[in-house]
Amino acid sequence: MQSNQELEGFRIELRDWLEANCPAEMRGGEASEASICWGGKNFEFESDAQRDWMERAASKGYTVPTWPVEYGGAGLTRPQEKIFKEEMNRIGARSPLDSFGIWMLGPALLHFGSHEQKLHYLPPIARGEIRWCQGYSEPGAGSDLASVQTRGEDKGDHWLVNGQKIWTSYADKADWIFALIRTDREAPKHKGISFLLINMEEAGVETRPIKLISGASVFCETFFTDVKVPKHQIVGTENRGWDVAKYLLTHEREMISGGGQGLSGGRALGAVLNESLGEGQEMETTLRADAMRCEVDALAIGLTLERYKDQAEAGTGAGDASAMLKYMGTELNKQRHELLMAAGGSDALEWDGPLGNRPADWLRTKANSIEGGTSEVMLSIVSRRVLGLGA
Amino acid sequence: MANLVMTEDETMLADAARGFLDKSAPVKAFRDLRDAGKTHDAKMWKEMADMGWAGVLVPESAGGSDMGHAAAGVLAHEMGKTLVVSPFLSTAVIAATALRNVSDARAEKALAAIATGDVTYALAVDETPKFNPEAASMVATREGNGFRLSGKKTFVVDGALADRLLVLAKTDDGLTLFDIPADRAGINRTAQNMIDARDSARIDFDNVEATGEDVLGQVDSAMSVLKPALEAGQAALAAEMAGLSAGAFGMTVAYLKERKQFGTVIGNFQALQHRAAHLWCEIEVTASAILNAGRMLDEDPDNATMAVSLAKARATSTAQLAVQEGVQMHGGIGMTDAYDIGFYMKRARVGAEWLGDYGYHAAQVAKHRGF
Ligand SMILES: Cc1cc2nc3c(=O)[nH]c(=O)nc-3n(C[C@H](O)[C@H](O)[C@H](O)COP(=O)(O)OP(=O)(O)OC[C@H]3O[C@@H](n4cnc5c(N)ncnc54)[C@H](O)[C@@H]3O)c2cc1C
Ligand SMILES: Cc1cc2nc3c(=O)[nH]c(=O)nc-3n(C[C@H](O)[C@H](O)[C@H](O)COP(=O)(O)OP(=O)(O)OC[C@H]3O[C@@H](n4cnc5c(N)ncnc54)[C@H](O)[C@@H]3O)c2cc1C
Repeated sequence: MQSNQELEGFRIELRDWLEANCPAEMRGGEASEASICWGGKNFEFESDAQRDWMERAASKGYTVPTWPVEYGGAGLTRPQEKIFKEEMNRIGARSPLDSFGIWMLGPALLHFGSHEQKLHYLPPIARGEIRWCQGYSEPGAGSDLASVQTRGEDKGDHWLVNGQKIWTSYADKADWIFALIRTDREAPKHKGISFLLINMEEAGVETRPIKLISGASVFCETFFTDVKVPKHQIVGTENRGWDVAKYLLTHEREMISGGGQGLSGGRALGAVLNESLGEGQEMETTLRADAMRCEVDALAIGLTLERYKDQAEAGTGAGDASAMLKYMGTELNKQRHELLMAAGGSDALEWDGPLGNRPADWLRTKANSIEGGTSEVMLSIVSRRVLGLGA
Repeated sequence: MANLVMTEDETMLADAARGFLDKSAPVKAFRDLRDAGKTHDAKMWKEMADMGWAGVLVPESAGGSDMGHAAAGVLAHEMGKTLVVSPFLSTAVIAATALRNVSDARAEKALAAIATGDVTYALAVDETPKFNPEAASMVATREGNGFRLSGKKTFVVDGALADRLLVLAKTDDGLTLFDIPADRAGINRTAQNMIDARDSARIDFDNVEATGEDVLGQVDSAMSVLKPALEAGQAALAAEMAGLSAGAFGMTVAYLKERKQFGTVIGNFQALQHRAAHLWCEIEVTASAILNAGRMLDEDPDNATMAVSLAKARATSTAQLAVQEGVQMHGGIGMTDAYDIGFYMKRARVGAEWLGDYGYHAAQVAKHRGF
């Protein structure tokens, strides 16, 4: 444990650093999917400020503040992490870098990867040089994820991968993919899957973008035709990839739950709603009541996120928190965007209209309760594992 | 930001409380009390005092255990699980906090009497069916060095059993809080026949004499004493309601695993599984708000208002969901008086109103969030 004095010292140092290094353009404003800094070889920065902010943060390990220093992080302790979050929120700083590497693969590698794998894969994620995508879902394997059919044939020093993934977010922009590949077709479905890392530039990898209802095209079909994957590009043990997949999902779910704007100590919904109503306009009664309920729930869910982190730190964590957080957080986020649309009235009905991305963001949130496991699947997990209901 | 993990001491306190309550105050004890037409078990309150519960917020110098608000929440939570009847909230939490915010010898003596379990208190604030302390209209008219109190209070929880009353009244330039014995001349108490079978009274004050000594804190500035007391009460009530939710939920899940229809236990039906799971999620989220409120009251009491309102709002909505789902999932048997789940429903309704309902506290949260 660090003393309060040490922690306060850290806070002051951090505050000064943020003051000097976080560009004004990277502060304040509602976060939108369109303004996320994803990094990677193909990423086009929206501004110099966005690039500067990412690079400066990366140089301090602040893109992945809790990762060990040797893997590109800042090695922050839990109390320091809280301060980091508070100070970032205080100035309304945007996240300098977000990616599937940070949210999903990183935690899985930290847990299951070899030291060499961590040294090789993690620092480029932390620096925003390599962008990852997630190859889990297939046309026949959605909620029933363990029935994936994309297969990897054992060719001695490599696997030969053939098959198709779908709904692969940003596959067309990513440099690498982590994928669930069936490496044993005889074994029971959970016991024949391996977790493989595949370079998207490899011959035989092809992506085809799919347009979303929001008009954006964030996900793709991903095809693998005789793709060679060297044996060292496996995380964990052969045919035990399901363990890695599940562990990664708990991080993905926590991310989706808290990624919801407003949960992470962000601005109050009511304040945002008031703004979009314009001068002198009062919030209508039902909208105000709904906004209050939403705000109450958002604050409580935010605290729950923190409570689980505190419990994990203290080693008293309850197992299936991520399913609960994912369900509660995403349903709330959808509700929040319904209210934003209602407050916007007809101004919110135009693509790139007076309220910019608002309608696209609203439509995008509908996926929150689908991606990473649907709300119904989350409830089934809770009722089975926590409540002990059903077979 | 507060650390949101139960400390080892708190976990031990919860276990010890559970051990005592399972033996001395299961729901059956409440049922027996109700059937006997009683709203108070003086012997049990004395036992609780001996364990340090009555003095949970009383300084050690006045003989208290001084465990703090988070610990008071732990106790309230355990009591809520089995609907324990006691003057804990009105006396050990609300009155003790009010007295603690007055540092004079009289208050110190009063705190000592709370800690031993010898004196019980009730808070007389409400005058209308909805909680709105700032709008108190009962008057305390100056007379010589003292006051004369006239007016009516309603929904004075524990008001029929209490030895003393904390009474909020209007004075020349504001509100003043009085601490007076409940049997003083001119006070007329009528016990209310409450749906939750707990103690509450309507109280008439007819020209009741109060001296300057009876004023708690300063004349015309009740809120400096009352506000912390209300917040402490709201946080502990929220904890009790969270316990109530957990109790109702536990009964319900057990029933889902036991009741058979269509040749299988009803817990095998996904329509019920998902609703039970949703309820569990709500309970988990509320637990965070409860612990946070306790921590804020202990660590930063001047800035705890939003945390407390958040806890009371969440606890209210969660308890209401828990009891509604609880009764529904029990089918016909849940509607019977012989079965306990209905007790939870009635207590949740009373708890929802006491010290501010969902709307009151959600509005407080919104105000603190700038809208
Ligand atoms: C925007 C977006 C981005 C995505 N990004 C990725 C990505 O990057 N990588 C990736 O691998 N995948 C991604 N996905 C896919 C996502 O993980 C799946 O869509 C999700 O797991 C659901 O699978 P499905 O679409 O096949 O729906 P289905 O499984 O067919 O479900 C259809 C409906 O049936 C319900 N249902 C299914 N089974 C049950 C059950 N047992 N009980 C009750 N209800 C049930 C579901 O809840 C849902 O409402 C993304 C999806 C979206 C929308
Ligand atoms: C006030 C009152 C008056 C009544 N009057 C009469 C009367 O005059 N005559 C009479 O004959 N009966 C009467 N009833 C009985 C009433 O019809 C039954 O209580 C009702 O049919 C439910 O049956 P149950 O109580 O056995 O509950 P259960 O069938 O045990 O149900 C318990 C819970 O499980 C749920 N459940 C059960 N099966 C499923 C499933 N397959 N899928 C999802 N959920 C399921 C139910 O919805 C319920 O929430 C009365 C009941 C009450 C409360």
